[in-house]
Amino acid sequence: MNEIITRKVLAEGVKEFAVAAPRLARARRAGQFVIVRVNETGERIPLTIADADPEAGTITLIFQEVGKSTLLLGTLQEGDRILDVVGPLGRPTHIENFGTVACLGGGIGVAPVHPIAKAMKEAGNHVIGIIGARTRDLLIMEDRMKAATSELHISTDDGSYGTHGFVTTVLEALVNEGRKIDLVVAIGPVPMMSASTKTAAKYNLPCVVSLNSIMVDGTGMCGACRVTVGGKTRFVCVDGPEFDGYQVDFVELVKRQRAYLKQEDVARRQFLEHHPGERCWETKVS
Amino acid sequence: MPREKIPRQKMPEQAPEERRRNFQEVPYGFTPELAQLEASRCIFCKKPKCIEGCPVEIDIPAFVKLIRDGDFLGAARKLKEANALPAICGRVCPQEEQCEVRCVIGIKDEPVAIGRLERFAADFERLNNLVEAPEIPPWTGKRAAVVGCGPAGLTVAGELAKLGHKVTIFEALHQPGGVLMYGIPEFRLPKAIVEAEVDYVKKLGVEIVYNAVVGRYQTVDELLAEGYDSVFLGTGAGLPYFMNIPGENLNGVYSANEYLTRSNLMRAYRFPEFDTPIAVSKKVAVLGGGNVAMDAARTALRLGADEVHIVYRRSRNEMPARIEEIHHAEEEGIQFQLLTNPTEILGDDQGWVKGMKCIRMELGEPDGSGRRRPVPIPGSEFLMEVDTVVVSIGNGANPLVPQTTPGLETNKWGNIIADKNTAATSKPGVYAGGDIVIGAATVILAMGAGKVAARAMHRYMMGIPEPAPEPEAPPAA
Ligand SMILES: Cc1cc2nc3c(=O)[nH]c(=O)nc-3n(C[C@H](O)[C@H](O)[C@H](O)COP(=O)(O)OP(=O)(O)OC[C@H]3O[C@@H](n4cnc5c(N)ncnc54)[C@H](O)[C@@H]3O)c2cc1C
Ligand SMILES: Cc1cc2nc3c(=O)[nH]c(=O)nc-3n(C[C@H](O)[C@H](O)[C@H](O)COP(=O)(O)OP(=O)(O)OC[C@H]3O[C@@H](n4cnc5c(N)ncnc54)[C@H](O)[C@@H]3O)c2cc1C
Ligand code: SF4
Ligand code: FES
Repeated sequence: MNEIITRKVLAEGVKEFAVAAPRLARARRAGQFVIVRVNETGERIPLTIADADPEAGTITLIFQEVGKSTLLLGTLQEGDRILDVVGPLGRPTHIENFGTVACLGGGIGVAPVHPIAKAMKEAGNHVIGIIGARTRDLLIMEDRMKAATSELHISTDDGSYGTHGFVTTVLEALVNEGRKIDLVVAIGPVPMMSASTKTAAKYNLPCVVSLNSIMVDGTGMCGACRVTVGGKTRFVCVDGPEFDGYQVDFVELVKRQRAYLKQEDVARRQFLEHHPGERCWETKVS
Repeated sequence: MPREKIPRQKMPEQAPEERRRNFQEVPYGFTPELAQLEASRCIFCKKPKCIEGCPVEIDIPAFVKLIRDGDFLGAARKLKEANALPAICGRVCPQEEQCEVRCVIGIKDEPVAIGRLERFAADFERLNNLVEAPEIPPWTGKRAAVVGCGPAGLTVAGELAKLGHKVTIFEALHQPGGVLMYGIPEFRLPKAIVEAEVDYVKKLGVEIVYNAVVGRYQTVDELLAEGYDSVFLGTGAGLPYFMNIPGENLNGVYSANEYLTRSNLMRAYRFPEFDTPIAVSKKVAVLGGGNVAMDAARTALRLGADEVHIVYRRSRNEMPARIEEIHHAEEEGIQFQLLTNPTEILGDDQGWVKGMKCIRMELGEPDGSGRRRPVPIPGSEFLMEVDTVVVSIGNGANPLVPQTTPGLETNKWGNIIADKNTAATSKPGVYAGGDIVIGAATVILAMGAGKVAARAMHRYMMGIPEPAPEPEAPPAA
């Protein structure tokens, strides 16, 4: 169990693992995540189950190397095992035939939005995919998102590919063209989810976001993941990760995500000292 | 020396000024001489009252006598007839309200130090590698699943294995022990002891599957369909309560569960050698007056805080923590703000705690719990300057298993309803015990429930009819 069957580099600092976890591959639903711990001294970090193959008994994890734990995970090779993988955690996405669903994925957020787009399409929805990245080289999963959606739109912040602008720029353009959208699902960095909610609100579209708060156990035992939704405290790991974007206190979430910046910086620097060049020696292969 | 002249023996322990900055266990334990001296204070009553106070009915005079006579291994074996985890219970049981409070010596003098003696005998056996796994009878052909690897689950698993059943424990976390591992700190219960007890259960043939969150990874119905003949639910009380006051989601506010889990289970006190971070604090306020609050406060001190305050809304007499723990905390320099209730946590513009508004309380009429209700004194508001707040006001039941198990009844607090005499739930073949049934309680009560459940599960799986429910029904054997 937990063996890395395949390992790919999707973009600079973005890796994809297919991990052997047969029961998880069967049990998981779109929108759920796992918590992994790389080794005995490791911390527990949540990662969305980006896809699963029940036949092969594998789940797909796609992660961006942003700090010590994700960098360490990235050093694992095919045949290595991830020490702990626990899941599927969180409530599955509410899948239903809404009509037309716009699935927005920003940066690494494309990975978690992918299974939702796929499930929404399977449920009979017309799925408009809108994915974006800072620049063309950082865009991931374009082919898979094409397959998972009914139509795919792309944006880059610098205009190097697709629409020049943000995923919200594309969403707004589509609405202005007169496209009828019944539900927006937006996943990415908090500013992107907050902006998507604002855009959706402008046109009165319901908007679901998937929150990435700091977690420890992922079972509702610690409360590290708490967020304010509709004025009430909720635990992302058991009450979420998806919530009505209109109700989420994004300002608080951003602050809570920054709780350990100092310690994270120490850990990352220490790691890079011992693994010089860890982030740049591999180049994109697919 | 005549028996009456021997005072209750103290355990040698680390000096407060030394131990407040390290995570090593506080008491060193009795030496053989001290243990024998203490044991000789017992008068071996014909009708020992202490046994009545022990939830698992250890034959206390018998094991104490064995210690007095120098047969330490015999004492350990005697303990284990009734209690599989004596090294743990000797350390964490509230003896002052269980066995020791009933000791007749305690009427005129201080009671026999039963807990310390229990700990001594169990440590003697373990440290001298004299622990022996009993002979396991041939397989009965039955399988049992145990959900949760806390003291309740470990007890059920051990008892069922000794009866010849195959047992698998499913544990949500990556380590065994439940609260023993993630909640109670190293300086009060060394993790090596918990590991040794878990090893013992494994030696009995019990298999432990980690990272298995029942309800998500697999449901109780799936376990029953996949060849388990009965299921025990020992999932504990792991849902932290918050105060519901403004500012509780500021950075630097923790539940005690999170604070202790980061420090104990994830070893954040050894950051950056271990990757999990924890707040670096100067002034910490811990809200609550139970064992959990004492553990959180003493942990904060050991993590390097300059000042640690326990903030509790009633007075010292009402504090639910063990006297020994309050005493240890005080010795280490924890400050007590009694009859004080927080009303708001204040933050800076970056979302970090910078202070806490409190109000003084006075005790009014007794409330439902029989304790005098604290009422705020108008106009007594004041500000405490703190940078970390640990909320330690109790835990509720985690709803995950009940939510995903049709036919499993819970009460209005979400606790699973189980029969007192059999631990049977409303769902056939499914049993429950420990904190998930009775709410946050004690290790020994969780173990007691585990024993009851194991006997009933054995009868259920083997098709033996339930004995008539007499209050003092002898164990089926
Ligand atoms: C439900 C959920 C699903 C997620 N799915 C993905 C995914 O599919 N791919 C992906 O790349 N990332 C995902 N993340 C984010 C990922 O967990 C963090 O990037 C990772 O924990 C960073 O750890 P680090 O040590 O590498 O970086 P650090 O330097 O420790 O942290 C970088 C930032 O990540 C966040 N973070 C740190 N520790 C944790 C933690 N224990 N739990 C959650 N966030 C933390 C903090 O905001 C921090 O500022 C998800 C997060 C959540 C909550
Ligand atoms: C900080 C602290 C200090 C304490 N001090 C004392 C003390 O000094 N003396 C004393 O007697 N008592 C003390 N207690 C109380 C005592 O620890 C508990 O009463 C006891 O541990 C309860 O045992 P349990 O087996 O019912 O549950 P727990 O010990 O809580 O174990 C439950 C286990 O089930 C697992 N679990 C939960 N949900 C699932 C799921 N869905 N699937 C799989 N596994 C799951 C959990 O991860 C956990 O490992 C303390 C408690 C705390 C928190
Ligand atoms: S198990 Fe607890 S109550 Fe029983 S004898 Fe030991 S310390 Fe006393
Ligand atoms: S991560 Fe601990 S409660 Fe959500």
